[in-house]
Amino acid sequence: MDRPAEDRRPHAAGDDEAFKLELVQLIPHLRAFARTLCGEPAAADDLAQDAMLKAWDARASFQMGTNMKAWTFMILRNQFYSEKRRSWRQSQLDQEAAERTLVAVDDPEAPVALDELRQGLAMLPPEQREALILVGAGGFAYEEAAEICNCAVGTVKSRVSRARKALHAILEDGAYDRDGRSAGDAMRTILADAQRLSTVR
Amino acid sequence: MIEQRSLGERLTPSAALDEARLRQQAIGVRLRQMFDEVVNEQVPDEFLEILRRADNRSSENG
Repeated sequence: MDRPAEDRRPHAAGDDEAFKLELVQLIPHLRAFARTLCGEPAAADDLAQDAMLKAWDARASFQMGTNMKAWTFMILRNQFYSEKRRSWRQSQLDQEAAERTLVAVDDPEAPVALDELRQGLAMLPPEQREALILVGAGGFAYEEAAEICNCAVGTVKSRVSRARKALHAILEDGAYDRDGRSAGDAMRTILADAQRLSTVR
Repeated sequence: MIEQRSLGERLTPSAALDEARLRQQAIGVRLRQMFDEVVNEQVPDEFLEILRRADNRSSENG
C-alpha cells in the first residue's frame, strides 16, 4: 500500500476499489463513534452515512497507506459539529436523545455496569467524552486523537485524564440517575470485573 | 474531591492506590466493551447500498 513519494500519481480507478474496500471495513467503527456522539441510534447512523459519503467524495485527497480510520473519524466529527452549529436546540435534543437511548438499549441480559457507564459518559463534557472514547475505546494514540479533534496532544491527554477521574467519581458516587438502585452498585459491578482481571494476570 | 473515608480507613495508601488503578482499568475494559458492542453489530444494508450508488454515479461520470 505504501508508495514512495515520487511514485505518487493521480487517483486511479484501481485506487477507488482499494479505497472502497478499506472504507467498508471502517463502517462498523464509524457507526460506533457516531453512536457515542449522537446517542440516538438512527441519528447516529445518518451521521455515519453522511461521513462515509463525504469520505468517498473526498477519496482523491486521501493518500492510500496513511491512517484511513483517523481520517474518516475526523470527517465524521467535523460533520457532527457543523450540523450541531446549524441547530440552535441541538444540545437539548442531544440530551433528550441520550436519555432515550439509555432506555432503548436497556437489555435485561446486558451487564448492569454497562448501562451505568453509558449514563456516566453522558454526564461528561462532550470534549472529554470524545477524547476518552477515541483513546480508551477507539484504540487511537493521543497524537491521532489530537489530529481527529483538531487540538494539541497535551489537550487530549488532559481531557482523557479529567474524563477518567470524573467518570470514576460518577460511578463511585452513583451520581447517575437510576431509580431504585443504591449508589455505588455500578462501581461494585465494575470492581468485580477488576478483581477478575487481576486474578487472570 | 470525593470523600472516600470508608476506603481510606480500611486500606493503606498503597493498597488504595492499587485499588484506584484497578478501578480505572475496569472502566477501560467496560468502555471498550461498550464501543465494540456497536462495532460488532451487523451493518445495516443501507450503508453498502448508499456506497454502491455513489460508486456507480462516479463511474458513470468519470
